[in-house]
Amino acid sequence: MKSTMFDLVKNCFILTICLLCFGSRFALATYPEPDGKKLYDLHCSACHGENGRGGVGVPLALPDFLNTASDQYLQKTIRLGRPGRIMPAFTSLRNEQISAIVQFIHTWSDTTPTQYPETPVQGDRHKGAQLYSKHCAACHGNNGEGGHGTGVTYSRPRDLPIIAPALRNAGFLAAASDQMIKATLIKGRKNTPMPSFLKQGLVEKDINDLVSYIRSFEKTVQQGRDKPVEQQAKPTLVYESSYSFEETVENLKGAAIGANFRIIREQYFNEGLAEPGKEDKQKKIVYFCNFNTLNQALAIDSRVGLFLPCRITVVKHKGKVLVMSINPKLLSNFFNNSELDRLCQQMYETYLAILEETTL
Amino acid sequence: MIVSLFYKCKTYRRKFWFAAISILLIVLSTSPVHADDLIMVRSTQAFPEAMTNLQHTIINRGYQLIRVQRVDIGLTASGFKTDKYRLVFFGDKYMVEELPNKYPELIPYLPLKIVIYAEEDQTLILGMNPVNLEKYYPDNPELARAFNQWKKDLESILHEAQKDED
Repeated sequence: MKSTMFDLVKNCFILTICLLCFGSRFALATYPEPDGKKLYDLHCSACHGENGRGGVGVPLALPDFLNTASDQYLQKTIRLGRPGRIMPAFTSLRNEQISAIVQFIHTWSDTTPTQYPETPVQGDRHKGAQLYSKHCAACHGNNGEGGHGTGVTYSRPRDLPIIAPALRNAGFLAAASDQMIKATLIKGRKNTPMPSFLKQGLVEKDINDLVSYIRSFEKTVQQGRDKPVEQQAKPTLVYESSYSFEETVENLKGAAIGANFRIIREQYFNEGLAEPGKEDKQKKIVYFCNFNTLNQALAIDSRVGLFLPCRITVVKHKGKVLVMSINPKLLSNFFNNSELDRLCQQMYETYLAILEETTL
Repeated sequence: MIVSLFYKCKTYRRKFWFAAISILLIVLSTSPVHADDLIMVRSTQAFPEAMTNLQHTIINRGYQLIRVQRVDIGLTASGFKTDKYRLVFFGDKYMVEELPNKYPELIPYLPLKIVIYAEEDQTLILGMNPVNLEKYYPDNPELARAFNQWKKDLESILHEAQKDED
């Protein structure tokens, strides 16, 4: 009994030392002094630009934006993202890291970040709906779904120099307070298409009505993207062909052309890696393209090259001829872009049709 | 299940160590892990320099540059402001010859691909995080190792390529 007690005390001691070691390791690894610039460079600059000028993401270094965006708005935006609107949710950043990024972003402005009272704006949302149709819908969409495409117009065609934010978006509505929306409507944002609505002839009561209408989106807003993300989707679409390898390749080319694609390249899978003439003749890739769809996809999200070019591979494996492609719906999940989800659903159906036609 | 295993421990000492190890495992397994779906960097270099830098970096990392695909046919004619958009395919024998024979369903994702395109006077470079595929192959240490290695290499390549050579 004495021995057992001694062992237990000994074990407790060893365990305490272990926990202290782990604890200190985590403390050192998890809580360094956050450096806002470094964090911004690592997590934000690829999309928003190293100086906040925008790109795939919207520009941040706009004086009028920084004057109206409260710390709380920026913090919540980073934490929650904009579901379905490209900006991802940074769930793994600690609050201190997010605050450090926000402080860094504010170094681009000379003014102190505005703090807004939590007081809700009272207005008539029905009148606000009418005003919204007249003054806001052209840019922000009839249902507050926002403009099309990504970020600003550096590389891509777009009818506005900056994408209009989605207002019927769970991330936006959680981040923006009534008072901040009101201030934005009153002041507008220079160097963007967003005007001051006081200068457009509205009065404060009209602006209150508009805020009330925008806030009413919360009742119908979808918390996630507008299409359920298929977590269980298989990464690869695979069909077995009853034809020979060569016949299947020919069928595939015919099916792609029949689906309005142009064959742009045909090659063995390990071509470019294997010595010329020694390629694996049992694996062949057929690349094809529809330039209208390509341009449509690039206009929606310039990063979509990760899908490109359209490709189906024919493989002879263990005596079976397999025809396979990526699953566009799976890749679409990585972009947080509802517009792209819809296009990927179309591409998924097109791929299935080609695979079926090839192996029928 | 953990509770029933705990009660199966016959001595206090075993119970103690079982509980201690379980707590440690739980603490470790709930540590924050974040896998970015896309790995993306911005280079302040213009497209031609960034492209050259990227190709050198891929080779220096021990991979073979397999092919560079242009995705700019008709882009400017369609109103785009850039025609500098390329896909860079790269790999090695393990990735393109050994693994696909064991796991043919990986073939559509191979060889690995990097997208590089101009945005005004700067360049964006990105790739898909291969670790995204890991959940489709549970209990497969070989593929888990491969995906994690590719992720590590991809991150290194992108961050190296991002650096200004001057």
